[in-house]
Amino acid sequence: MNASVRTVLLLTVVGFLGMGFDAVSAFAKTTFPPSTPSSTSTRSTPQKIVEMYQLAPLSASTEKRDGLPNVAPQTDWPSPVEDEKKHIFILADVLEYRPNMGGSESGNDYRWDIEGWYGGDYNRLWFKTEGQQNSAFKADYDADSQLLYGRFFQQYYDFQVGGRLETQSYRDHNVTRGLVVIGLQGLVPYNYEIESALFVSCLGHVSARLTTTKDLSLSQRLILQLRLETNAAIQRVKKFTTGSGLNNVEGGARLRYEIRREFAPYVGVSLDRSFGETATFVRKEGGDSSQIRFVVGVRVWF
Amino acid sequence: MNSQHHEITRRALLARIGTMGLAAALTPFIPSYIWACAAINRATPASPLRGNSIDLRITETPFRIGDQLGMAKTINGTVPGPLIRLQEGQTVTFNVTNRLEEDTSIHWHGLILPQDMDGVPGVSFAGIKPASTFSYRYPVRQNGTYWYHSHSGGQEQSGVYGPLIIDPIEPEPFQYTREYVVVLSDWTFESPEVLFANLKKVPDYYNFQKRATREFLTDMRRQGLWSTLQNYLMWDRMRMDPTDFADVSGYAYTYLMNGLSPEMNWTGRFCPGDRVRLRIINAGAMTFFDVRLPGLSMTVIQADGQNVQPVVVDEFRIGPAETYDVIVNPTENRAYTLFAETMDRSGYARGTLAPRAGMRAPLPERRSRPLRTMDDMGMAGMDMENMDETSHASHAHLPHQAMGMIETPETRHAHDMNRLSDMPIDDPSHSTIPGVKPVKHGPDHHGTGNQAVAEHSQNRSGEPGRGLGNSDRRVLVYTDLKSLVPHPDQRKPEREIELHLTGHMERYMWSFDGKKFSEAKEPIQFRFGERLRLTFVNDTMMEHPLHLHGMWMHLENGTGVYLPRKHTVIVKPAERLSVAITADAPGRWAFHCHLLFHMKAGMFRVIEVTDQKSQM
Repeated sequence: MNASVRTVLLLTVVGFLGMGFDAVSAFAKTTFPPSTPSSTSTRSTPQKIVEMYQLAPLSASTEKRDGLPNVAPQTDWPSPVEDEKKHIFILADVLEYRPNMGGSESGNDYRWDIEGWYGGDYNRLWFKTEGQQNSAFKADYDADSQLLYGRFFQQYYDFQVGGRLETQSYRDHNVTRGLVVIGLQGLVPYNYEIESALFVSCLGHVSARLTTTKDLSLSQRLILQLRLETNAAIQRVKKFTTGSGLNNVEGGARLRYEIRREFAPYVGVSLDRSFGETATFVRKEGGDSSQIRFVVGVRVWF
Repeated sequence: MNSQHHEITRRALLARIGTMGLAAALTPFIPSYIWACAAINRATPASPLRGNSIDLRITETPFRIGDQLGMAKTINGTVPGPLIRLQEGQTVTFNVTNRLEEDTSIHWHGLILPQDMDGVPGVSFAGIKPASTFSYRYPVRQNGTYWYHSHSGGQEQSGVYGPLIIDPIEPEPFQYTREYVVVLSDWTFESPEVLFANLKKVPDYYNFQKRATREFLTDMRRQGLWSTLQNYLMWDRMRMDPTDFADVSGYAYTYLMNGLSPEMNWTGRFCPGDRVRLRIINAGAMTFFDVRLPGLSMTVIQADGQNVQPVVVDEFRIGPAETYDVIVNPTENRAYTLFAETMDRSGYARGTLAPRAGMRAPLPERRSRPLRTMDDMGMAGMDMENMDETSHASHAHLPHQAMGMIETPETRHAHDMNRLSDMPIDDPSHSTIPGVKPVKHGPDHHGTGNQAVAEHSQNRSGEPGRGLGNSDRRVLVYTDLKSLVPHPDQRKPEREIELHLTGHMERYMWSFDGKKFSEAKEPIQFRFGERLRLTFVNDTMMEHPLHLHGMWMHLENGTGVYLPRKHTVIVKPAERLSVAITADAPGRWAFHCHLLFHMKAGMFRVIEVTDQKSQM
């Protein structure tokens, strides 16, 4: 395993532990109490709901109900339904090998895009990692990971805030930086999954990423996933092979067969092209600014 | 049992024997409650449990379907649990022993009883701890077909359910020669926790009937490219799926009839000419069944254990937790298939009525799965406010075309509300159905936890339901149900509570008024003795079987003084359905969607009936 990849994995784990599960949960509770979701619609307060259900105010006196059996719930009774149970979801949407089909200098390499969450319906702790070798955007290795707090709002979106750690290497030379992430993830009309994020580095450099995917059912188990990912930056950061403006666009089509819902091998094709200043940097580093790659991989989740 | 009861059973028995034909008299009188093929699936008891003291033991037991072996949670070692047969008027004690490693409970579904005997952990008692025994004791004040099941966790999915029959004091108003209990259910070797987690992560996990390329091409040939594209894009734009009929499908489930898979073929025997009473109970955790007996018509005589005026039908839909009693009269000396196809058509439960064991009849042709339409989204009512009430048929066409909807015979049927509009108004047996005219949704869209609202909701109790009604078969609809005798409480409801059924398919969230139980723990208040109307507005695009504990719901289906009493009512998508309730049972009662995972996700409320005097 390459040293830079190892570093990233290590840093990811450290970052994960460092941020602290409980701290994030506690923050979630104080900032966004589940009982008052940040929805803008006209919501009824609990008191209003109580009023809706009764004509005259009820006196909450329990003494007078002594004749009735067990009217008041006992404190040691369990909840009749456990509707706040938390779940863990980890999805490797892209986990692929990209063989060298000849023609270019690039060798066989790989790419991954894994994300997951832990939490309930409204508040979740998100974890994302993606990386690749030899893209048209970054030269040798490029790996990053994010740890985010997500809040479900407006029916279809998660608002996410957190941190990102980015590592690149070329010619055995590693660079790493930390960034603040503000993201939005969800399902837009016409069933496109979108994932957008704004990144601000510790030096004030601002960049953004947008990923969108769309699943088309060819049969019940044969699914074509269209995928588009693009990066842009405000400032030029030469150290990270990032030019000002649009950095790259990567479009892919992956045909998967769901042996089980959780396990689907796929084949596909990925077109990756970098633009402008970024393209110039990539060429200087000895990379290809435009690539067409065939991919084989597996989409798994649990 | 006291002597009075002996007398009455004998009287009922004599009345019954008197009705038997010659053919029936020649065969030995089989205790009609036998569970055929009992030996196949463990020791299913051949005779029901009776008496004033009954012991039930909840434990884990191996359970086999075909060559697959799994563990079930069972009552007295069987799936379903033992048939319990009580006598109206007796006082019964159930000693329920928990041999599991988790808490358990038994809820007596549909029974009117003291609230601390109702068996809902957290609402009526604390639950039954491992290695302990809880005694339920209550007077039996009703008769008919009921069932019982665990109200703890997912135990109902794992096998903790069974039938409960109560014989009446008075002779019944209909006659039959033999009877069978038919318990329909859904079995999976997965644990309910895994099913639920899968739905939370990937809500369409179990739907293998989506619209794929082949269907698009077929639709295109039939409807033209533009119209088809419009329709597909419309559903995509709404981020919804028109094939969404069952959260858990035949991919995970084996559908059982009396604990037997379709291959094991439960068989009930008859002699040609018999009048066979089938007591059909849907004990499925997540499954609606469409029940029919090809070649035989069925006379519905009871719904949810309550006598109704007989209705002859060919097919009926039974939601989870509902029960229907029907009488069939097979005259030919041949086998008949008892076919219970799931609403999403992904599977079926099956049994046979036959003169001899081992006979079987052909399976009816499987139907293709239905599709949701704009009616299910509550959008069909868009221009209904200006609707001329006499021109339903001509009206029906326009909005559908405009919305790129795919016309099927079924969607046209949805507009055929003649059964409702034909009702004479001055007939005392009829009354207006609340919500028969479309009602516009209010401004509250119930927040983030709710995906969409039905812009217009409307009573749909005269419709057969999606997937039914597109053939010549007579299908039971809720407006067919008329109580045999008027209920003593004929007061008009003095107040109305409106409750919206809400949910989010993408996150598998389910709630009332946009709030899960944990977000709205405040009980809904009923005042003891009052007559009130509960109006359900279904803002989701799924059917929900709503179950009220402890009290009857009088389904307001336009039958005037003959409103049928139900413990569970199905509310169709975009439907506005009202029930009248006499709040005669003090205490705290559970009210919830009887789709197990909808309830687990939060579609649950506590209803508190408080003493009116304490408020004055």
